[in-house]
Amino acid sequence: MIDVEQLRSEFPILSTEVNGHPLVYFDNAATNQKPKVVTDALTEYYDGYNSNVHRGAHALADKATQEFERTRELIKDFINSPKTEQVIFTKGTTEGINLVANTFGRANITEGDEIIVSTMEHHSNIVPWQMIAQEKGAVVRPIPITDEGEIIFEEFEKMLSDKVKIVSVVHASNALGTINPIEKIIEKAHEVGAKVLVDGAQSAAHLPIDVQQLNCDFFVTSAHKMFGPTGMGFLYGKEDILNDMPPFLGGGEMIKEVSFDGTTFNTLPYKFEAGTPNIADTVAFAKALEFINKYGKENIAAHEIALLEYATEKLTSEIPSAKIIGQAKNKVSVLSFVIENIHNYDIGMMLDARGIAVRTGHHCTQPLMARYNLEGTVRASFSVYNTFEEVDKFIEALKRIVKMFG
Amino acid sequence: MTVATKSIEEVQNDIIEDFDLLDGDRESTIFYIMELGQELPPLDEKFMVDENLIKGCQSKVWLTTDFIDGKVIFQSDSNTDITKGLISLLIRVLNGRSPQEIINADLFFFDKIGMNGVIGSQRSNGFASMIKQMKFYALAYSAKN
Ligand SMILES: Cc1ncc(COP(=O)(O)O)c(C=O)c1O
Repeated sequence: MIDVEQLRSEFPILSTEVNGHPLVYFDNAATNQKPKVVTDALTEYYDGYNSNVHRGAHALADKATQEFERTRELIKDFINSPKTEQVIFTKGTTEGINLVANTFGRANITEGDEIIVSTMEHHSNIVPWQMIAQEKGAVVRPIPITDEGEIIFEEFEKMLSDKVKIVSVVHASNALGTINPIEKIIEKAHEVGAKVLVDGAQSAAHLPIDVQQLNCDFFVTSAHKMFGPTGMGFLYGKEDILNDMPPFLGGGEMIKEVSFDGTTFNTLPYKFEAGTPNIADTVAFAKALEFINKYGKENIAAHEIALLEYATEKLTSEIPSAKIIGQAKNKVSVLSFVIENIHNYDIGMMLDARGIAVRTGHHCTQPLMARYNLEGTVRASFSVYNTFEEVDKFIEALKRIVKMFG
Repeated sequence: MTVATKSIEEVQNDIIEDFDLLDGDRESTIFYIMELGQELPPLDEKFMVDENLIKGCQSKVWLTTDFIDGKVIFQSDSNTDITKGLISLLIRVLNGRSPQEIINADLFFFDKIGMNGVIGSQRSNGFASMIKQMKFYALAYSAKN
């Protein structure tokens, strides 16, 4: 059991006020807050050992390089990657998917091929594939979902053929909360020779991730959804696939030798890390991973799920005009809903007036919203530092809104 | 049809007085705007088409106009009550005016009631787009006249 009050004290932002009320931050699926160890690490780096990595032969460069590479080691253990070199730093999930689409995709997808995604994908797992599909004359096909928000597995099986080169699916949906049966999807996709990319933006900090057990070909996520800094993330890939992939960006650090007759590329992971990387945020990300490890991912998830269940029960019983969007059996702590006769934007603004931060709108999942014939939803997403009292405040605020305008 | 009896400036001062009663309380202000929105008569479905949508608004806003006896009549609707409330304020100020009055109108009430801070920058931009579109219609009618 986590001592939530003690844990909260590690997050300076949680004791601030918004619009005259103590902040209730329920927009964790968009980005979660940072413990002080993470923000301290940023200043420690800049004030203490700012230097470029892998280059200078001096003490600061050495320290920066060590700290930088230590994050890679921590990620390796965090996802159980066989080797450290299989962890490639990116600026987040979006870049990870674009990297795979532009390298693996460009090298392997040809005319008439198919790319499978699901109806519940974030735009960042649709658009890069559409771009490569358009270039190559391939098609992007979405796996249909049920009204509850679960992938229809039989439909997915029917879509599989040797034309399918890649299946790119979200592990946990940012808009519905649904946890997808990713192991089964990977197994089936491999039977027809397709590779699988897992969008772990919403899962990495909440679900156990063992890339070897999952047997996924690629796994991508963003640090800022894991108590880490923004503009930072990583791509994991199977070694042979990464080795076969052409580089993405060209420049410094990713080369072995450059001449005007031709250039040879560096080995993994540097082949995919052109230019001076985001050193400060990479170093600080280590502190976020250690933070998760300190409390334990299962303990964090247990508290978040307790909050989800409590909020779901209260919303259902106390606000009959609310309809929950996303009623899958297995969910991360995302509660998406609409309320009859009140627009999601208006609900968001009224909650904000009470210091309660939620996300409203389409959550970068417009095809999913179209599936439910909705313009958007209100989304409350819970993190380990949230409390049951905060959920009570949120439900009280909603009740007041419904009483006045419902 | 609405015939304006007070000047544009006077109506704006009335609005500022109404909002003064809310003492700058954010929640009461939002609730009040939503109430105004709910009181705005809905637009006939036939006008809720894409050609009547105002560009630059985060929510959907439809605007249509009539030109009767030299005065511009605006009718508008939105999918969100807060936006409707904001529109209803603009309609209260600008409806039943001559095109020239609308073109020249200095709309100061929005700043005076501190709306920018309440509704945020995105919606404030949307509000500016609404005003622009209303003035644009007025300009078109003045050219016709
Ligand atoms: C499921 C999912 N995929 C991808 C992304 C994109 O992540 P980022 O903006 O950090 O690249 C998000 C972020 O909202 C997400 O929730």
